[in-house]
Order: sequence, then structure tokens, then C-alpha cells
Amino acid sequence: MNYEAVIGLEVHVQIKTHSKVFTRVAAGYGHPPNTLTDPVVLALPGTLPVMNKAALDAIIKAGLLLGCDIAPVCKWDRKQYFYPDSPKNYQISQYDQPMCLNGSVEIELPGAARNIMGEHKKIPLTRIHLEEDVGKLNHHATDSLVDYNRAGTPLMEIVSEPAMHTAEEAFAYLTSIRNTMIYGGISDCDMEKGQLRCDANISIRPVGETKLGTKVELKNLNSISFVRDGIAHEIKRQLAVVAAGGKLIQETRDYDGQTGTSQSLRSKEMAHDYRYFPDPDLMPVHVDEPWKQKLRAECPELPFDKQRRLLADYQIPYTITSVLIPDRELSDYFEATAKLAGPGRAQAAGNWIANDLLRELGAAKLPLSASKVSPQNLAALVQLIDAGTLLNAAAKEVFIEMFATGDTPAVIVARRGLAAAPTDAGELEQWCRDSIAANAKALAEFKAGKESAINAFKGPVMKAAKGKANPKLVDETLRRLLAATN
Amino acid sequence: MAQSPDLNIDRVAELARLALTPEEKARFSAQLGSVLHHIEELAKVDVTGVEPTAHAFPISNVWANDVARPGLSVERALINAPAQRDHMIVVPKVVE
Repeated sequence: MNYEAVIGLEVHVQIKTHSKVFTRVAAGYGHPPNTLTDPVVLALPGTLPVMNKAALDAIIKAGLLLGCDIAPVCKWDRKQYFYPDSPKNYQISQYDQPMCLNGSVEIELPGAARNIMGEHKKIPLTRIHLEEDVGKLNHHATDSLVDYNRAGTPLMEIVSEPAMHTAEEAFAYLTSIRNTMIYGGISDCDMEKGQLRCDANISIRPVGETKLGTKVELKNLNSISFVRDGIAHEIKRQLAVVAAGGKLIQETRDYDGQTGTSQSLRSKEMAHDYRYFPDPDLMPVHVDEPWKQKLRAECPELPFDKQRRLLADYQIPYTITSVLIPDRELSDYFEATAKLAGPGRAQAAGNWIANDLLRELGAAKLPLSASKVSPQNLAALVQLIDAGTLLNAAAKEVFIEMFATGDTPAVIVARRGLAAAPTDAGELEQWCRDSIAANAKALAEFKAGKESAINAFKGPVMKAAKGKANPKLVDETLRRLLAATN
Repeated sequence: MAQSPDLNIDRVAELARLALTPEEKARFSAQLGSVLHHIEELAKVDVTGVEPTAHAFPISNVWANDVARPGLSVERALINAPAQRDHMIVVPKVVE
């Protein structure tokens, strides 16, 4: 019998705010333990939560970006459970009135090759709700240590429909959510910092069956590649259980990305009973049309829309867009450079960014914002090369110096004497004649119609010119002479 | 007051992390039973046409702007912790 896997993801995204979701002490990552607390975070008696307007804006914006219906009214509920990560013994969340319903995430599956765009599809969402993050437990041999810095950080839970069927789809889904949230300025989605976390519900069923099979919840998928590997591993495990005549049980499994294995989490508890009830300390939220309009106006172009536009407007290869698009600043930088460089020079600009700029930034461990190469200067460099003033080898040198100093390419070219020499026409013509005369084979090939044979003449000319001849002029001169040669 | 048949005192005690003696179980079963009985009385009220609400007052959109302010020092934050180490609260081991 053939089986298919059914996958739904619960993705937690920390919202990037200055203060926490229900109190105004600072939110942040990497601070010394228990330095981001206040009486509300610690649930001291008599404290009351006060909502953070920016967190509400952020979740509504996330919903708008993903095409969700924004609830006209929503409320807050207490999810009760005893665990040391939550000092109140409940977590404030949204139970039956989430902020966002429906919507979808556009994903791209891997293409036939790296330079070919893959299939796009939309994964439907169930809901997005807002809740507070909990503290962090550090487990030791005989006890656990609690740090409440993370407790109360605004956290969105994005729940998909069980509508994915492969680990690749889940990987693409998470990647798309991350790119979208980063574009919207909603979260930095750094998985290492726990800003993006993912649990997967996975089941298998015979192809054609519409009922869902027994579901296994996979936890601790704490990197995007672990999500792919963990899900692929779990699907294989379930298929093997069924193939061996076994029966799947509903359980939670913990995936260990280091070893590529999973194990069942022993659960001493009965089924969870969170006893949700409305939080009496927090008033409902009404979202009206003007509020939504204001946030809609702040929504950026979605990553895939931008990619389609760059492909159409700038005629650059897909490979370059797939480097640029995941980084909003980088793709903006490309667009600024391409516009300044002028028509027909976008691909060159894209190549410089995707290859040279990213290489230098990576080597220097710098973000794009710290780059000394302005779009103006990079556009000027592309123009100098296009005009034949600068040869490629020299341009690489110029770029390295632009990156180091921030000087304009013109200044560097002048300072270093890197310009292709304004060669004496007579001298150049003589070099070309010599080169043609010295290579009868290439001459015969060229005359026989092999266009590329002309390149064989260029090397010796460049050598004679010590690499400083204008390549356009060399090409023109050679063609003129070849046309006149029998 | 009679005990409510819906009340499972063992389950309630477990969810509240309380270890009750048989006497306490009997006492609290009776007390909680009378609370449940009162709820049953309330459930008899005809609320046709009344919109469900989580609050008695029609107030909404109560919030503050996202401006961070200083919180507690770590010393103040942990002042009531029964045990602490490395500026963190020590709790019994919670995973195997």
C-alpha cells in the first residue's frame, strides 16, 4: 500500500519589541540571567498586566502580510499549568478568539536545478494568536535553574493546516515565514536565539484516505535544517513501523539534530487539561478599519512578489534573485545600484553584489549596513567597466579598495593608475597585426566562421599592452584588421 | 450539600499539585460540590439573546506604548527565591 505523510506546523515567532507584552520592562536576548524582570514578570501579588500596543500592531501586520482575516474583536485567556518556566502558573494566550484567522503562506519548492525556479504553492493557515513567552530552564544533573529574562516576551503562534506532505515543503514553509517576518520588521527570526521555533505534527495515511492518521508531535526542531531532517526522519520511522505490521501511537517525540534520531518523551501526565478561561485583568481588543489601513500601509512588498518583480524589471538570472531576496536590505541595495548603473547593467551589478560584496562582507564579518561601498560607487564601478575604462582584473582590485576605504572607483583608479591605458592607436594596431600574423590557425578558424577564434588574438595584444588596453578598442581593431585580411 | 457527580477530586488535586488526605478530599469535595451546584443554578437562567462576554464593563483597547523602563535588579528579583545559584532560581529537576 502507498502511504502519504501529512504535516502541520506550529511556528512560534518572537516579536521584536522594546518592552515585554504585558509589562514595560525591557525584552531582549543575551542578557545576564534574571536581569529583565519586574513584579509583573515574576507574578508578584497585586500586579496587573498592561498590553503592549507595538505587539498588537506586529501581529496584525503579520496577519495582513499572510492574508489572514483580522478578528474585529479578540480577548485574552489564561492557560493553566504548573511548570517552573511560568511563575504565574498560567500563560496568557488566546484560546477561542485568536487575532488572525485563515490566510496562507506562499512557498517555493526546490527547482530542477539551482538556477531554475521551483514550483510555488500556498499552504493554508488555521490561525495566528498572541501570547507571552515563558522563562528558560537550564537542566543540570540534580536540579534545574530558572531564568525569567525570556518570560513575557511577545510571542506569536502561527498554526498551519495539516496541508504539507514532505519535509521539503515544511522547510520551504518555515523559510517563507522567516523571510516574511524579517521583511515586515516583525522579528529577526534567529533560530539560535529562539526567536523562531517550530513543532511539527506528523502522521501518515494510505494515499486516497481523507481521515488523518495517528499524529506524532515532533519537538525541538531548533534549526531550519533540523526541521527538514527531523520531519524526513519521522516520516521514515512511521512508514517503517507500519511496514513491520506495527501500530503508531499518539506521542510527543524529541528530535536530536546532532545524532539524527528521535525518542519518545515519557509523559507521566494524563492528557493536558489547561482549563482555559478569560483573563479578567485584560480587556478585549477591537480592531477597526482605520487601524488595519494604517498597518497595511506599513506592510512591505512580500519577498516572492519582489523576486517576481526583480526578474521581470531587471532581467537578472533567477540565481541572483535567490541570493538577494532573503535579505530585504540586500535586495534594496541591488535595486538602488541597478537603477543608478542604468539600463543593461543590472546583471553586472547583481553579480558584483552576489559574489564580491557578499564575499568581502563575509570575510570581514560585517553586516551590509556597515559596508563602505555605496550603491552610487558600485554603480560607478559597473559603468567604468562597461565603458571599457576598467578591465575586469583591475576592477576586482578597485572593488577591494572601495570596500576597504569607501572611496569612489574614479579616485581609486586615478590613485593606483589602474585605468585601461588610452593606448596609442598606431601602437595598438601594430600589436593586433603582430598577433594575427603569429596565429595562422586561429586566423583560419575565424575566417571559416568560428567567431570565438578572435579571442585567441586578444591575449598577446593585452600582454603587449601590459594588461592596460581598452578591451572594446582591442576587439574593434582586431575585427577591422581581420575583415581586411585574406 | 451533596457531592456533584461531575467532580473528580483526585483529578482536581493533581492539577493543583495538592496532596490531599482522605479527610481533606471529603471536605473539599463537599465544598467544591456546592460551588458546582451554584453554577448549575446559574446555568438555568435563560440567556437567549444575550451576547457572551468575558467582562462586565464594555471597555476595550487598554494598552501602553512600547517604551521600556528599568526593572528589578537581579538581587531584588531573587530576594524571595528559596534557593539560587548563578543568579538563577533553583528548582527540582524537571526532566529526566
